Amino acid sequence: MGAIRQLEEEYARAKVDPAFWEELNAYLKDYVGRPSPLYFARRLTEQLGGARIYLKREDLNHTGSHKINNALGQALLAVRMGKRRIIAETGAGQHGVAAATAAAMLGLECVVYMGAEDVRRQKLNVFRMELLGTHVVPVESGQKTLKDAINEARRDWMSTVAGTHYVIGSVMGPHPFPMIVRDLQAVIGREAREQHLQVEGRLPDVVVACVGGGSNAAGIFQPFVPDAGVKLVGVEAAGEGLTGMRHSATLCKGSPGVIHGMYTYVLQDEDGQTLPVHSVSAGLDYPGVGPVHSYWKDTHRVEYVAATDDEALAAFELLCRTEGIIPALESAHAIAQVVKLAPTLRKDQTIVVNLSGRGDKDCVEVARLTGRQIG
Amino acid sequence: MPYVTAGLPDLNTTERILEALAAEGVTAVELGFPYSDSIADGPVIQNSFTRTLERGIRVRNILAMVARFRKRCELPLLGMLSFSIVHRIGQERFIGMCRDAGIDGLILPDLSFEEAPQTARMVQSAGLRLPMLVSPASPPERRRQIATLSSGFVYYMSVTGITGERRELPPDLVTNVRELRQTSGRPVIVGFGISTAEHVRLVCSVADGAIIGSALVRRIMQAEDAGQGPDAIVQTAVEAVRAWMGGLQP
Repeated sequence: MGAIRQLEEEYARAKVDPAFWEELNAYLKDYVGRPSPLYFARRLTEQLGGARIYLKREDLNHTGSHKINNALGQALLAVRMGKRRIIAETGAGQHGVAAATAAAMLGLECVVYMGAEDVRRQKLNVFRMELLGTHVVPVESGQKTLKDAINEARRDWMSTVAGTHYVIGSVMGPHPFPMIVRDLQAVIGREAREQHLQVEGRLPDVVVACVGGGSNAAGIFQPFVPDAGVKLVGVEAAGEGLTGMRHSATLCKGSPGVIHGMYTYVLQDEDGQTLPVHSVSAGLDYPGVGPVHSYWKDTHRVEYVAATDDEALAAFELLCRTEGIIPALESAHAIAQVVKLAPTLRKDQTIVVNLSGRGDKDCVEVARLTGRQIG
Repeated sequence: MPYVTAGLPDLNTTERILEALAAEGVTAVELGFPYSDSIADGPVIQNSFTRTLERGIRVRNILAMVARFRKRCELPLLGMLSFSIVHRIGQERFIGMCRDAGIDGLILPDLSFEEAPQTARMVQSAGLRLPMLVSPASPPERRRQIATLSSGFVYYMSVTGITGERRELPPDLVTNVRELRQTSGRPVIVGFGISTAEHVRLVCSVADGAIIGSALVRRIMQAEDAGQGPDAIVQTAVEAVRAWMGGLQP
């Protein structure tokens, strides 16, 4: 608790310190490449024959996803607290790579915990982190995926808290983490809102984002929450289907519970034991979800739906061929929802979809799943 | 005060271990309820949880075993488990189930002090105890507050971090325990990292008791892995605890 209090106090100071935001914004501009474009997907729009579709191109950020927005901000907080070592958990490896990148650029020591199963699925990202000077620890406990990596990172932090900051990768964990991550990712929604106003002269009709822990979705939704006319849709991973047990659709199928220091929807059995989760995408298979999404679900501000592995894979290939963009499998879930939604809307309506990451990391896995051999 | 994982290797053997430890004269036993995502535990106890969960050990099975045991033996039992389980079953309901089965207290390592007062009231009004954990990382004022909210005793963690055997205990342990006993006026029992008779001797020279978890659970798992039957596993546990209690002899 001591460390959490310290973080809360430091963040409260940083939040009102113009120097903190100036430094972060300078890095976001010159190092990350922000603002990321809002791109009108002409051929995808034509093919689906409904609403005009805009892609918020977080895949074009340095390191290839939205994760760098948060990792950089938290690494700067670590420096402010005088901590020279950061640790992180990672699922697909995107947050791990972002943390490793921020650490290398700021000269910090970095250790990343990653489920052994994810290490297998995401070899490229493991190698990227190692190139960046980070030590990657494969986690062999439990299901050997993201939730177990979080457990292990938390265990590390409990023994090392004096000199270490735990850079949580999503809008989850104990307060103030969900708030900090949401604030750092809200740059996505602020830009998208402004960009859409510029090109369309009004706000979008729908904003769509995928939800695992929920950071890219919280980031793009947050600035639109007061805009009652904008429909917000979060897309979870339905895996092999919501009727069975092989999915990770926490908001669609879970119940309120306590996990990883937060009170939120959880996929759990009647004893409170966490259920196994599945998704084709390593970044979405998490049995909890950021508490802000539980709040938005219960207050009906955001609608939460789910896309199956097959729908996500089809959307993955569709975006490759219509737009020349290889999306992350996580983001492909959001595209899958757009495929269902766009044809039901009028041609003068618009959808903004958060393309949270690029798919280079997923190529080997997609090839394997579709029976092709590469590498 | 030994810690055993409930259902390791099975609930009948756990029940026999409890009986045998009572005969050895231990003050109480901490009974660990397995949880899928324990964060305060090191690899040994995590592994024991994975094993028991895979074997289908459920909360109701554990409490049924406790109820059977309680008919024959008075040994105080403290359930140690994640607040996730308590919350899921419902605090009021779970505490009632524990009281009916004959559990004497609850230790909830992931229940933060800020969230604890309501739970503490419910536990106490059911006639159970709620010893709370104090970490060496907590500042003095917070230690005092936690101790005040505790009932039964205060659980002092010898090290910040996770459960598991350590070769040496931290040098500030003695001072910290002495201070905590004085300022809180409550019994202090020390856990985390204790693994030898020498540790037990050191800890009990200042504290009111010592808890041994991972070192005992590891021996039970090793005995099982070596193909030993229930008799030999009970014997392994008894001998280990007897050797540690040897640290209490003058």
